[in-house]
Amino acid sequence: MANELLFFMEVLVGGLLAGTMYSLVALGFVLIFKASATFNFSQGAMVFFSVLAFCGFMQDFNIPFVLAFILAAFLMVVVGLCTERLVLRPLMNASEDTVLMATIGLGYVLEGLAQAAWGVEVRRLDLGIGDFPVPWIADNLKLFISALDITAGLVAAIMIIGLFLLFKYTKIGLGLRAVADDAGAASSIGIPLKHIMLLVWSAAGVVALVAGMMWGARAGVQFALVDLALKALPVLIIGGFSSIPGAIIGGLIIGAVEKILEVYIGPFFGGAIEGWAPYVLAIFFLLYRPEGLFGEKIIRRV
Amino acid sequence: MAYERKFKIGKPILEVNNISLAFGGVKAITDTSFNVLEHEVRAIIGPNGAGKSSMLNCINGIYKPQQGTVSFRGQVVPNITPNIMAQMGLSRTFQNLALFKRMSVLDNILVGRKLHTKTNFLEVALQLPKVKKEEKLNRERSEEIISFLEIEDIKDTPVGKLPYGLQKKVELGRALATDSSIILLDEPMAGMNVEEKRDMCRFILKVNDELGTTMVLIEHDMGVVMDISDRVVVLDYGKVIGDGTPDEIMANQKVIDAYLGVEH
Amino acid sequence: MKPIFMTYTKKDLINLAVCMVLSVLIIPTFIKTEYWYTSILIPWLCLALATIGQQIVMGYTGQLALGAAGFMAAGAFAMFNLILRVPDLGFVGSLIVSGLIAAAFGILFGLPSLKVRGIYLMVATLASQFFIIWMIDKFGWFKNYDSSGIITAQDIVILGKPFTTPLAMYFVCLAVTTILTLLAMNMARGSTGRNWMAVRDMDIAAESMGVSLLRTKVQAFAISAFYCGVAGALFAFCYLKSLEPVAFDIKLSFKILFMCILGGLGTINGAFIGAAFILLFPVLLNAIGNNVFHGAIDATIISSIEQVIFGLLMIIFMIYEPLGMAKLWENLKQSMRSKLSSSGIKGVKSPVLKK
Repeated sequence: MANELLFFMEVLVGGLLAGTMYSLVALGFVLIFKASATFNFSQGAMVFFSVLAFCGFMQDFNIPFVLAFILAAFLMVVVGLCTERLVLRPLMNASEDTVLMATIGLGYVLEGLAQAAWGVEVRRLDLGIGDFPVPWIADNLKLFISALDITAGLVAAIMIIGLFLLFKYTKIGLGLRAVADDAGAASSIGIPLKHIMLLVWSAAGVVALVAGMMWGARAGVQFALVDLALKALPVLIIGGFSSIPGAIIGGLIIGAVEKILEVYIGPFFGGAIEGWAPYVLAIFFLLYRPEGLFGEKIIRRV
Repeated sequence: MAYERKFKIGKPILEVNNISLAFGGVKAITDTSFNVLEHEVRAIIGPNGAGKSSMLNCINGIYKPQQGTVSFRGQVVPNITPNIMAQMGLSRTFQNLALFKRMSVLDNILVGRKLHTKTNFLEVALQLPKVKKEEKLNRERSEEIISFLEIEDIKDTPVGKLPYGLQKKVELGRALATDSSIILLDEPMAGMNVEEKRDMCRFILKVNDELGTTMVLIEHDMGVVMDISDRVVVLDYGKVIGDGTPDEIMANQKVIDAYLGVEH
Repeated sequence: MKPIFMTYTKKDLINLAVCMVLSVLIIPTFIKTEYWYTSILIPWLCLALATIGQQIVMGYTGQLALGAAGFMAAGAFAMFNLILRVPDLGFVGSLIVSGLIAAAFGILFGLPSLKVRGIYLMVATLASQFFIIWMIDKFGWFKNYDSSGIITAQDIVILGKPFTTPLAMYFVCLAVTTILTLLAMNMARGSTGRNWMAVRDMDIAAESMGVSLLRTKVQAFAISAFYCGVAGALFAFCYLKSLEPVAFDIKLSFKILFMCILGGLGTINGAFIGAAFILLFPVLLNAIGNNVFHGAIDATIISSIEQVIFGLLMIIFMIYEPLGMAKLWENLKQSMRSKLSSSGIKGVKSPVLKK
């Protein structure tokens, strides 16, 4: 009995920690949605693009880790700048769906560019953190939890706290909240909309890079990352598109539920139900709580 | 009105009973009741934010009031939805124009014929003879309405490309196409010049006169309201502060205060 | 213009006649290489059909759905099993039933559209994509317990006659696509299409006119999935000639979405234009790679460039012409006509607004 409980705990904790990786991707979506009410479908492609560039700098040009990270982050700022200038600004007055389609196109561009520049083969990314159980925890708590999962959890926590502080206590954060509230009014009282958009896209780019490094260390840096990142969408539906805590909790829920379902129910159906379980879970949320756990209720006025 | 009406004003066709509506704690309408008699022209007036549009939205089921009921021809309508009200014979226009922007004027008006279209998609796909017959009848009726509203020369233009005043006309046409017994008009003359307003009044009165359609309209232009309506109900802060003939309303002290902005 | 036959105007009939002569007489007479049939014309017709399905739900009804490939897979595997297990049904019968099975999935996964829209609906429809593929993959019955994962599609036999040459299969695809396109046009131009577009443009007003949102949306999803299902069956039986769930992954769904949007939302001919473009452009790019650079550019680079260009086009169209290539074509024709009329060759009445 104790063993079964222990096993359940292991599955749950493993799922929760894996969920933080979804949270990291979802975080990028939320940042952009909060600032510009744009659903950035290309967030998954940004994850792939940034981490592949990072790997390429390190492996093809022998640039050291820290410098490669800085270069990749800088590259994401450039991507953010171009996106703001060339895609979002011309679509300022377009409908939500039109902007969404444009970001799907942007995703295609980023995926194509990344593969043209760095090739299509799977790259191994070694962060120096093993994807195997930490001995200390295994000995003392009898739980087998991977060091990489714990690192991802910690990194996610640090980024969330950092973003939270940025939003809450800096001038930029205040401006961003004002823009999120009413972009027109904010720009009319002199808040530089352009800078804020650039900042948000850059932040989302760096978040994507970090998420990509975590995912890449586990599954290899490859195109499949884009599909994995798609799972951030059900995370957002559960958490609400405009809430940072929502992205975190949503990620944890998806991570835990899909692992538990996979381990306990999956075997009856031949496994691999984690491919669709998050989406079905999202549908149930949509039917009962369309605004998500933390999103604001949408009232349609006529 | 001095002349003999073809359709004599009759019994109440629509009754609003004790409706209260709030949006997240903010009260839009408080315990409001009034009725609309068959074949009359009924106006709802009141200052901005008085709850007039919300009232119409409650009547046709877009908003769900927290309290109160709506009766149609003496019967309380349970679970009102826009669809159910349309089937009972109530049509409407919207304050901020709710046309099908990418469709032509004719197609917009043809959508108004929806409830007179009984064929299903399979019959339409196969273009069975009865589909053609029905489509022909609907098109004829729509063309009639188009020529009645004097908009023949724009009937193939996508409505999104038309100026505001014309769009208002198209919306009236779409409501007329339903052949409803009652039509709610939410500010049918907003943003129009005097000439256009005169035209619109003419159409409203003509429809009421020739078809006997009951008209409920929200309008800001007092001159127009007093000219064309049989009875007027005045809302202020979501409450009825006056109800009666135009002459009675003009003499009502509460209404005068509300319009002059006297504190109460 | 007044319709002269059913709802078709003289212009429509001429267009139809030209298309028919071109596809039935001219193409088979002049194109003899198999490559054109097996690699271009057949997949073009199949994908155009699937794109019409996507058009119905997205272009006409305005519901952002992203799962066309899932419904195609449902249609393809239904077809395989029907021919295998219910041989009496025949090819045409099986094709129709396959479409209906896909339509059932369409109804099921279209239900969230009653509550949500936009990206929310997109995520809900992704569930159908992943679920259907997973289901086919995991339950051996659908694949007749074939262990290799790839099963060969049965030969097409209609009324005892085999249709196995590329030309014969081209005619099968052409016949099915023509019939379904005409039916789609009838619906789109008739009261059915008006209800779809009314829901797309202003759902609350549509409801106030007595259009049932439930019926209209579910109907659009069902018809859309039917078209995708039939297209998927043809795609598997005439083009792939094998059945594997991976062929219907999310990438194909995106491809169909691109065909639909670049071709032109809310137009039937846009489906054909979009499918032709997405299909032919890589062929062109490869030809340039082979002939101009003599294979100096790696094939993976070419396919990456193709992806970048599709993405860029998507962005450019969203910015300058969200209604796609069909609309560009329309604009071009219009400007040509107005040039002709202004030079006095042909008078075209333009609408005059009366004060």
